[in-house]
Amino acid sequence: MTMLHTVNKSPFESKAFDTCLGLAKSGSTILLIEDGVYAATTGNSVADKIKNTSDINFCVLGADAQARGIEAKLAEGIKVVDYEGFVDLVAEHDTVQAWL
Amino acid sequence: MAIEANGKTYETDEEGYLSNLNDWEPEVATAMAAAEDCELTQEHWDIINFLREYYEEYQIAPAVRVLTKAVGKRLGKEKGNSKYLYELFPYGPGKQACKYAGLPKPTGCV
Amino acid sequence: MAKKFMYINRKAPYGTIYALESLEVVLIGAAFDQDVSLAFIGDGVYQLTKGQNTKGIGQKSFSPVYMALGDYDVNKIYVEKESLEERGLTLDDLQHLVWEDEDEDYAEKDSIRLVSRSELSDVLDDQDVVLSF
Repeated sequence: MTMLHTVNKSPFESKAFDTCLGLAKSGSTILLIEDGVYAATTGNSVADKIKNTSDINFCVLGADAQARGIEAKLAEGIKVVDYEGFVDLVAEHDTVQAWL
Repeated sequence: MAIEANGKTYETDEEGYLSNLNDWEPEVATAMAAAEDCELTQEHWDIINFLREYYEEYQIAPAVRVLTKAVGKRLGKEKGNSKYLYELFPYGPGKQACKYAGLPKPTGCV
Repeated sequence: MAKKFMYINRKAPYGTIYALESLEVVLIGAAFDQDVSLAFIGDGVYQLTKGQNTKGIGQKSFSPVYMALGDYDVNKIYVEKESLEERGLTLDDLQHLVWEDEDEDYAEKDSIRLVSRSELSDVLDDQDVVLSF
């Protein structure tokens, strides 16, 4: 079983990202969308959590990062996907869990 | 609603503002003005062009107070007052000039 | 007599409607000649980031509107230092907001004031009306 998790809330506003990270299994993917993309930026108080999690794939939706002007601040190792890539991720995983 | 200009039909809202900003052509302004018995002079065009540039840069139609101040700076202090602007656009510089310029009604303008 | 109005912005742009709604209220309120200031705290500081390009999400970017605030005599823009730091941001990541001082031959002056939480607390204490978005 592989699971795709999506998080659409800022990690500074909501516990959704923390909860997701706590429950996500090794080998699963966390796709950050909408205000969730802020979790993928460097130099902030959340950055270490992603850095210290090597067994989960982190992706961000590029359009959401561009809209917020943070594309250049994305942490290393974060994969940027477009809407088609989003669809591919959904297709590649067995289930999708949206952490609203 | 709609307005005819340049042999084409342009869609407008119920108050006569252009529905699609990118449709705008100078002939639209001329036609809108003609429908209100107004003939556009260079002075009118200075304001219309200013409004379009302002919108392009800031994505909003400026409030009358902002327009007045900016016109004073750009076109000379003697033009930066509401009397001058109301003489050019008697229905209200915000309302009338923005309409001719193809912009939405200024925020806060009723 | 002019009252002191402060608009507090606490939400990131685009994900929710708060940032845009706040801007609209600020612009409308500016017509009433009050003493207006804006505060950006928490995720609200993200509203001011440079280089926002919303083409991909099919929403209109309202980032350029912040640049017009100076024209509306909204030139006291407080950004909380702690909120920037928590998010790995510095003033350089934010748009450079200015206003023109008519009394000094339209000299450009900075609108953004970087303040600590305790400084902001004092500014807040000094307001007549506070609106939170």
